[in-house]
This record gives sequence, C-alpha cells and structure tokens, in this order.
Amino acid sequence: MELALARIQFAITVGFHFLFVPLTLGLSLFIAVLETLYVRTGREVYLKLTKFWGRLFVVNFAMGIVTGIALEFQFGMNWSEYSRFMGDIFGVPLAFEALTAFFLESTFLGLWIFGWHKLSRPMHAFCMWVVAFAGNLSAVWIISANAFMQAPTGYVLRNGRAELVDFGAFFANPYFLYQLPHMLLAGITTATVVVVGISAWHLARGNRSETLRMSMKLGLTWGIAAAFLVLVLGHAQGIYIGKDKPMKLAAMEAHWETEKPASFSVVAIIDESAKKNPVSLEIPYLLGVLAYNDPLAEVRGINDLQKEAVQSYGPGNYIPPVAIVYWSFRLMVGLGTLMFLALGWAWCLNRRGKLEDRVSLLKFLFWMIPLPYIANIAGWTVAEVGRQPWIVFGLQKVDKAFSPVVSAGQLIFSLSGYILIYIFLTFVWIYLMKKNARLNPDEEVA
Amino acid sequence: MDWAVIWFVLIAVIFAVFFILEGFDYGIGIISPLLGRTDYERRALINTIGPVWDGNETWMVTAGGALFAAFPHVYATLFSGFYVALFLLLASLIFRGVSFEFRSKDEAPAWRKLWDICIFWGSLLPALLWGVAVANLLRGVPIDAGMNYVGGFFDLLSPYTLSVGVLFPVLFAYHGSLYAALKTSDDLSERAGSLAHRSGPVAIVLCLVVAVMTWLQTDLFTHPPAVVALLATAAALIVSVYFSCRKRFGWSFICSAATIGLFTASLFLGLFPRLMVSSLNPAWSLTVANASSSPYTLKLMTFAAAVFVPIVIAYQAWAHWLMRGRVSAKDLEY
Repeated sequence: MELALARIQFAITVGFHFLFVPLTLGLSLFIAVLETLYVRTGREVYLKLTKFWGRLFVVNFAMGIVTGIALEFQFGMNWSEYSRFMGDIFGVPLAFEALTAFFLESTFLGLWIFGWHKLSRPMHAFCMWVVAFAGNLSAVWIISANAFMQAPTGYVLRNGRAELVDFGAFFANPYFLYQLPHMLLAGITTATVVVVGISAWHLARGNRSETLRMSMKLGLTWGIAAAFLVLVLGHAQGIYIGKDKPMKLAAMEAHWETEKPASFSVVAIIDESAKKNPVSLEIPYLLGVLAYNDPLAEVRGINDLQKEAVQSYGPGNYIPPVAIVYWSFRLMVGLGTLMFLALGWAWCLNRRGKLEDRVSLLKFLFWMIPLPYIANIAGWTVAEVGRQPWIVFGLQKVDKAFSPVVSAGQLIFSLSGYILIYIFLTFVWIYLMKKNARLNPDEEVA
Repeated sequence: MDWAVIWFVLIAVIFAVFFILEGFDYGIGIISPLLGRTDYERRALINTIGPVWDGNETWMVTAGGALFAAFPHVYATLFSGFYVALFLLLASLIFRGVSFEFRSKDEAPAWRKLWDICIFWGSLLPALLWGVAVANLLRGVPIDAGMNYVGGFFDLLSPYTLSVGVLFPVLFAYHGSLYAALKTSDDLSERAGSLAHRSGPVAIVLCLVVAVMTWLQTDLFTHPPAVVALLATAAALIVSVYFSCRKRFGWSFICSAATIGLFTASLFLGLFPRLMVSSLNPAWSLTVANASSSPYTLKLMTFAAAVFVPIVIAYQAWAHWLMRGRVSAKDLEY
C-alpha cells in the first residue's frame, strides 16, 4: 500500500515536472539565438520575438522550478532507504547540479527579466545564453544520475551501500552518453513544435506579419533538424540497449521468445500472465535490424532473460510491465515520426511560400503542440518502467527503497495535496500560456 | 584531515547563507500585507527581491543536495521523519515561487489578491517551519538504532521548537523591513524603517526567550563556542536595533544579517559533531562519523565546493550590485 502510493506520487510529481523542463531547455536556446541576432543585426523583428517568447518562457520556467524542488526533497522523504543506499553516488550529481547549474540559471534569469534597462544589449543577450547553458547543464547532471540507476558504473558495494570509486567512469557510462543528446534534442523539438504551433495559430488567423513569418521559418528549420536527430539518436540508443540492457529491449518489443532471425511486432495483444502475445502483427527480420543493424541477428526473448536474471540475482520476477513499455515505446516513436514528417512537409511548403495558404495544415500544426509532451512522457515511461523491478539496476529493487517510517496516511495526505495543487497550477499555467501566446508579437506590451 | 568535518562546516555555511538571504526574502513576503497599502506598493516590495529571490532559494536547494551527497543518512532520516512538515514547506514554496512570476501577468484585482495571499503565507510558513525544524535537530527527536525517526508530526512541536518557530519569522520580518527601507523609496521606505524600528525590540525579546529555552531544553550550553556564538547573536541584534533607531539602515541590515548568521553558527556549534540528536539514546544520534558519505565522495565534493561556492558568491554579489539602488516607479514595468 505505502509502496504503491509512494510510486504513484513519484510518477505524478516527476511527470508533472517534466511537462515544463523540455520547453525550458529548448526555448532558452531559441531565445538566446533570437536575442543574439537582434544584437548583431539590430533588427526589431528579433527583439519582438525575443520578448514574445521570453514571456512564455518565464511563465513556463516558474512552473519548472517550483515542481523541481518537490522532486529534490522527495528522494529523502519517500525513498529514504534508496537515499541511504545511493546517497554516496546519487547525491553527487544533485549537489553539482545545484552548485554549477541552478545558481547560474536562477541568478542570470533574474538579471534577464529585470535587466532590460540596466544591462547593455550584448550583456542582456549573454544572460539568456547563461540561462540556456545552465538549464541544459542541469539536464546533464540529472541524466547522469538517472543513467547510473539504469546501468551503474564507477561504484563498489561497501559498508552496505553503493559507494563512488571512479567519477570518470560514472560519466563515461554509455547509457548516459546515449540518453543525453536524445533528451536535449527532444527539448529543442518540443520548443520548436510550440514555436511553430503558436506561430501557425497567428498565421491561420490572418496575421501575416514579418515577425510571425520569421518565427515560423526559424521554428521549422530548427524543428526538422532536431526531430530528425532525435529519431536517429533514438535508433542508436535502441541498439545500445539491445546489447547492454536486453530485458528492457525485449519488453519494449514484447519479445517473449528468443528468435534468430527475429521479427518485429508492429502491434500486438499482450498476455503478461501467459508470457506471450496471442495476436501479433509481425515483420520478419526487422527486429534484428532495429536491435543490431543485422537482419539475421539473434534477439533474446523475455523468458530466457528471466531465467538468466534468476541465475544472477536469485529467485524473483525480473520482467518489467511489458504492455506499458511496449505501447509507450510505440507511442513515442510514432509521435516522433509524425512530428518529423509534419514539420518537414511544412518546411518544404514554407520554402516555396505556400504554407500560409494551407490553413488546415496551419491548424494541424497548432493542434500538434501536445504531441511532443506526450512523446516525452512516453519516452520516460519506457526508460523508467522498463527498468522495473529495479530502482538501481542489479543493485536495489524498488520495494526495498522506500521510506519505512512514512505511513499510508501521510502519503495519502501528501499525494492528495500534490494532486490538488497541480490541478490548480495546470489551469493557471494554461490560462497564462494561452493569454501570452495570443498577444500580437508586433504590439508593445506593458 | 577529516573530510566529514569539513562538510559539517560547509553545511553550516550553506544554511547560514540560506537563512541570511532567504531571511530578507521571506521577510519581504511576511511584511508585504502590512506595508504595501496599494497594488503599486506591493509590486515595489516584490520587485526589491524580484531579481534575486530565486537565486536565494537556490541556497536551500543546495543545502538539500549537499546533505544528500555528504550526509545521506541525515538527508534520509530528516526528510522521511519530518515528512508532513516538509510537505507543508514544499507546498508553501510552490505557491510562493509561482506567485512572484504570475502576479504581474493579469490586472484583475482578485488575481493580484490571490497571489498576494500566496506570497504572504508562502513566506511565513517556510520561515516558521525552518525554525521548528532546526530547533528539533538540536533538542533531539526520537531516532532509533536503525537511524529512523519513530515519532509523528506533533512530536516536532514543543514549547522550545515553537519558540524558534516564532523567532524565525519575526527575525526575518525585521531583516526584511530593513531591506525594504534600503531598497524602496519615499513614503514606503519611511514606513519600512519605522516597521523595523518597532519589530526590532520584539525580535530582541524573542531572542532572549529562545536563549533561555535553549539553556533549559538542550545541551547547547555545554559547548562553550556555541554559547559564545549565541551571546554574539544577541549582541549583533542589539547593535542592529540601535542602528535602526538611528536610521542607519545599511549598518543595521549588516548587523541583522550577522545575527542570523551567528544564530546558525551557534546552532551548528551546539550540534557538533552531531547533525541530528536522538532523544532516545545519545549513541543513536546521527554524527559526522556515522552519517557521512565515503571519503572519496566527500573529497570530490570538497573540491567542487572549493571551486564553485566562491564563483557563485562572486556572481551573485555582482547581480545584487547590478540591481543596486532603490526600486522606483520606472522599474515597475515587470
């Protein structure tokens, strides 16, 4: 009961926090470039766009900060056994994040917001570069911490806990090196889909100003590049996972039995208790290509991997919830591909000056705004649910990690508190984002 | 060299800086309904901390991260044990944080009123909760042999912990009034000065009450350096109030900052070498020896702190310097 509540609370708070993070990461870079263009060229259009996206950025940023603090405290509050076992390692990137990233981000964003009249133009633009750098640096630390939970490196088991022995190896973790660019580019993709979507909304309503056209053009150009790279890097990451974390890959594909050559399941009905797929639409050879770039490769199945895990770790169930991972993975890849194609199509039309005539496509681009958010959450669901039953792969299981002293009553209190607060904040956030997104970027706002 | 002892000192320093900086931040939030008679005045008060509050709050986040990295057992015991109190703290800080950014984004009076209320409670409650929390570290809480807190939420509330819980908001309100007197202009600045003038003596009385309670309820007075720091706390506060009566608010503010810093120092000197005192058995207290990370991690983090803390202090000082001067009408566009 307590464990289930603690897991639900973590899922809700981390998922809610991650609604704001990717946009912050990508949009800060976008604004920094816009403001630099303004400083270099002196053209008003860049200044107007800097201010327009800056307002949305600040609203979004505030949400990211306040929901982030709740997470930093939650490890100790709800996962005290995890904190005792992992503090020697996991605390390090968190402390580094505060020291090297949060201070920079918060201090320089304060200067950026309040410094329009107190700082020179290049200095003001520099502040946004620092914000963008620090925000993305913060992601580096968090991904490194998460990567350790997925695939531990640079540690030794001593004194009843995991202790750090090699900070270099901690960072040379291949899981980290694959995950990081994938996620940072997902942040840029999220930001560009939002930029394109809101610009499209204005264009569809007949506001064809130079400012909005510029916004659309830049958004699309960044967007197709970022969305393409997310797909390519995602594929590379899949190959790595197939090699290093075969159980996760097998769960992503609901691949129960070892096959050589292995076929890829496009859609399936999954029966987790019988450990098989009663119905599955399959493409022969494709799984080998996806997992190893080799159509004839053998891909091990969940049932064999479970037997191996029992040999290594003792009796127990080492199979993650397959259906959730399988469908989240398909959702992420499907939406990522859809966004890439839509952005690419719009980019081609825009180059020929025909995008603005296609009002239905503009409307589609607007309604595409929720998609990167869904894809981001689905991606993390694959990563986190795919790691179950482990909280730290091979070292600690989730059911050994939570706080023994926190009662179900306390958890219900905090969980209902978070849910109420977050519902309220969601309404406020949507209200403010809509309000600011509807403003005409060409009109001066007090 | 004992790296855990270095980290004990660093944690104390981080908490001291956190309380000094967030002290005037929380203080501004606590006094804003008293001082800010109009929407304009409340905006002016918020803008005195607008550019810096988030940077100040990061010291709290750093304190959390540093505890996690250097003393994982303290982080685990404290945060899981003080569960309800911490949730209330987080809820307050969530509302407070968004209020600063959202308040100006709509002109409806009800909208402004909503966020003004959030700023007040979002500043008062954290100040109170931190006061109660640090007092509990020293007074001792039921911690068992397995390092787990075995009490409930109401075990955290006692006359002693509540006295510190009252001292913190009052001291911060005083500290914040001095800051407001320095950072606002005209009539608002005058009234901030007079509020400081009136709240200073209250803070002195409370400080004495807390000192007596500390003597009765804790073992702090068996640690001579802690007693010296506690006496210095009282002295700094009295000097600060003296300056505020003379309308020398700059000096007064420096002394109120010193008061908060010295109080934090006294607390940690009284704790040393413990970080959390067990009321069940002294041997079960969490100390620098039994609650710390491995020497490798502590060394690594010491290196990180030695490089980055001075850099952070340098650019935060620079940011405060850039935003120097009083907030006036032309700064209110945000």
